[in-house]
Amino acid sequence: MGRGSSYKVRANILSTVVTRIPFVSIRHREVGQNTMKLIILDHYSQASEWAAKYIRNRIIQFHPGPDKYFTLGLPTGSTPLGCYKKLIEYYKNGDLSFKYVKTFNMDEYVGLPREHPESYHSFMWNNFFKHIDIHPENTHILDGNAADLQAECDAFEEKIQAAGGIELFVGGIGPDGHIAFNEPGSSLVSRTRVKTLAMDTILANARFFDGDLAKVPTMALTVGVGTVMDAREVMILITGAHKAFALYKAIEEGVNHMWTVSAFQQHPRTVFVCDEDATLELKVKTVKYFKGLMLVHNKLVDPLYSIKEKETEKSQSSKKPYSD
Amino acid sequence: MRDGKGASRAPVLRFTNCRILRGRRLLREDLWVREGRILDPEKLFFEERLVADQQRDCGGCLLAPGFIDVQINGGFGVDFSQATEDVGSGVALVAQRILSHGVTSFCPTLVTSPPEVYHKVLPQIPVKSGGPHGAGVLGVHLEGPFISREKRGAHPEAYLRSFEANAFHDVLATYGSLDNVRIVTLAPELGRSHEVIRALTARGICVSLGHSVADLQVAEEAVQSGATFITHLFNAMLPFHHRDPGIVGLLTSDRLPPGRHIFYGMISDGIHTNPAALRIAHRAHPQGLVLVTDAVPALGLGNGRHTLGQQEVEVDGLTAYVAGTKTLSGSIAPMDVCIRHFLQATGCSVESALEAASLHPAQLLGLEKLKGTLDFGADADFVMLDDSLHVQATYISGELVWQAEEARQ
Repeated sequence: MGRGSSYKVRANILSTVVTRIPFVSIRHREVGQNTMKLIILDHYSQASEWAAKYIRNRIIQFHPGPDKYFTLGLPTGSTPLGCYKKLIEYYKNGDLSFKYVKTFNMDEYVGLPREHPESYHSFMWNNFFKHIDIHPENTHILDGNAADLQAECDAFEEKIQAAGGIELFVGGIGPDGHIAFNEPGSSLVSRTRVKTLAMDTILANARFFDGDLAKVPTMALTVGVGTVMDAREVMILITGAHKAFALYKAIEEGVNHMWTVSAFQQHPRTVFVCDEDATLELKVKTVKYFKGLMLVHNKLVDPLYSIKEKETEKSQSSKKPYSD
Repeated sequence: MRDGKGASRAPVLRFTNCRILRGRRLLREDLWVREGRILDPEKLFFEERLVADQQRDCGGCLLAPGFIDVQINGGFGVDFSQATEDVGSGVALVAQRILSHGVTSFCPTLVTSPPEVYHKVLPQIPVKSGGPHGAGVLGVHLEGPFISREKRGAHPEAYLRSFEANAFHDVLATYGSLDNVRIVTLAPELGRSHEVIRALTARGICVSLGHSVADLQVAEEAVQSGATFITHLFNAMLPFHHRDPGIVGLLTSDRLPPGRHIFYGMISDGIHTNPAALRIAHRAHPQGLVLVTDAVPALGLGNGRHTLGQQEVEVDGLTAYVAGTKTLSGSIAPMDVCIRHFLQATGCSVESALEAASLHPAQLLGLEKLKGTLDFGADADFVMLDDSLHVQATYISGELVWQAEEARQ
């Protein structure tokens, strides 16, 4: 990443590169160019909206169809709620459809009945699936009540393979830096498996179980770090001051199995989307550098595409995606 | 989006853009229906992996469980206590007409009558499911003849009876068959009432206290024997007295069997009960309040003079008088009017008002798993209401059975 070089210079180089290739779409520009982007917005709502716009553009520009599904990895928890709300809004306005989208959730508790209000099945149904036009057969969530848990995990990996791999895996980060339920100490090449939850995670989840630690499940099925690393692109949502230290460990320190999100520094295409509060533990220099790149990064969400505008695709090629 | 397999599979209906009454609250949720029952859409999604076959936009309306009227003596010129050769058509007419009031189930009520009438009429009013033909009949409500002479109200004195001689056998002899009977109103101060109450309760018949001069202790003992309802609270019973609250005292009695509470009917037409009395009862015991119409044959006949059997009745708005007098001649307020008036008089929540006409009567009759609720697995009997609680449409088993003129496009 060359942290020694001035961020201003880098920003200028990038914008020069960009104006020299006026007719190439964003996707083509990215091929062969490994990137780690840190997108910083002022507030949670703006971070959620940016992430939702990014997902929307990615799906629409992929041109999904009956023979070409867009495979999306999805998280649960309070962080992605704002993003889900915006995606639902886009669907309700007719700008986005999930008809040709396949989803794979990251994790699910073991032993919690599927209909329990705190199960991840319930979360996805109430916060996303019931509001959009996705077909149930295109959704995949690990079954924490399967008779053979490891077989369930292996089958999940196979389903991902059968779907052609994940195009974009959206995830969150725990206060202990974990991705999905890959707790500190997890293997960075792990696959989908059964995990015992760390105390930090159980404490963080207690608020969903009436604050009663005894009620929180202690085991979960989770995709591995390796599973998410296989995705063609990864987007991590990190908001709130309580996640700031984990973000610091993920971005400014090395790749470390004690902070499993740091593994994505070695992923060819990662986007971290966060709000101001989540950057509280980062160096001022880092924050300024990435904020300076927002002009460029915002081109990923502007123009914002819509399925309503079929003509946009045709006129796109005559329109420069980036202004001078 | 249709699932390829099983084209003969029952269609799934999704009512969307609505608020539903569920779990005692109004939620912004869709209502899913299949094969006449309310469906759990999450289960449909994750287990059966299906989506809805048809969607209906409710235009932002409120969906409440269909109303249940457990005390209605007739309407539209029909008198259930009249022994004709074709009682069935009369019941069917009323059943069809009350759909526009949002009532999806009811208990045709017979007032004190001679045994011949019961023997002739009761077999003609079988329990019947509702549908496009009309609201469902849950069973008959027999109000009398085992009631107090003093508090008989408009019931004919000549036909009052007691069961002192042979207790339950007297009851059977009077009514004939109890097959179609759901509720019996009696006065607990009558001798051997406990035997009768126990025998009726053992047969699954709901016993209600009414038209009685019982004091609180007698009333409490009746409840301990199995009585669960009070017929039109305040009317035809001793008034509340601070040293002997009478039947009214059951609302706050501490002598009821553990885990049980009393239900009580109230006529909330703005005429038969003073709003202050309505509020006192509601505040003392909101969970037990059951809205009833206690409607008489003049219901729905419109303003003017009508001849009903031996009576001349003058209808003026929501009031029915004995013609040429100022004497009230029974209630004629439809159920939805009662609900709106109840809401306005008590200042209670919309949820409470709707539950008083649906959930509570269902609980009284032990039907709350299937009726009076929009929980998963319940019968899809519901009403579509606008924000001021006017009925826009009525559904029974998920089928549209009545629709307001403006709603018809």
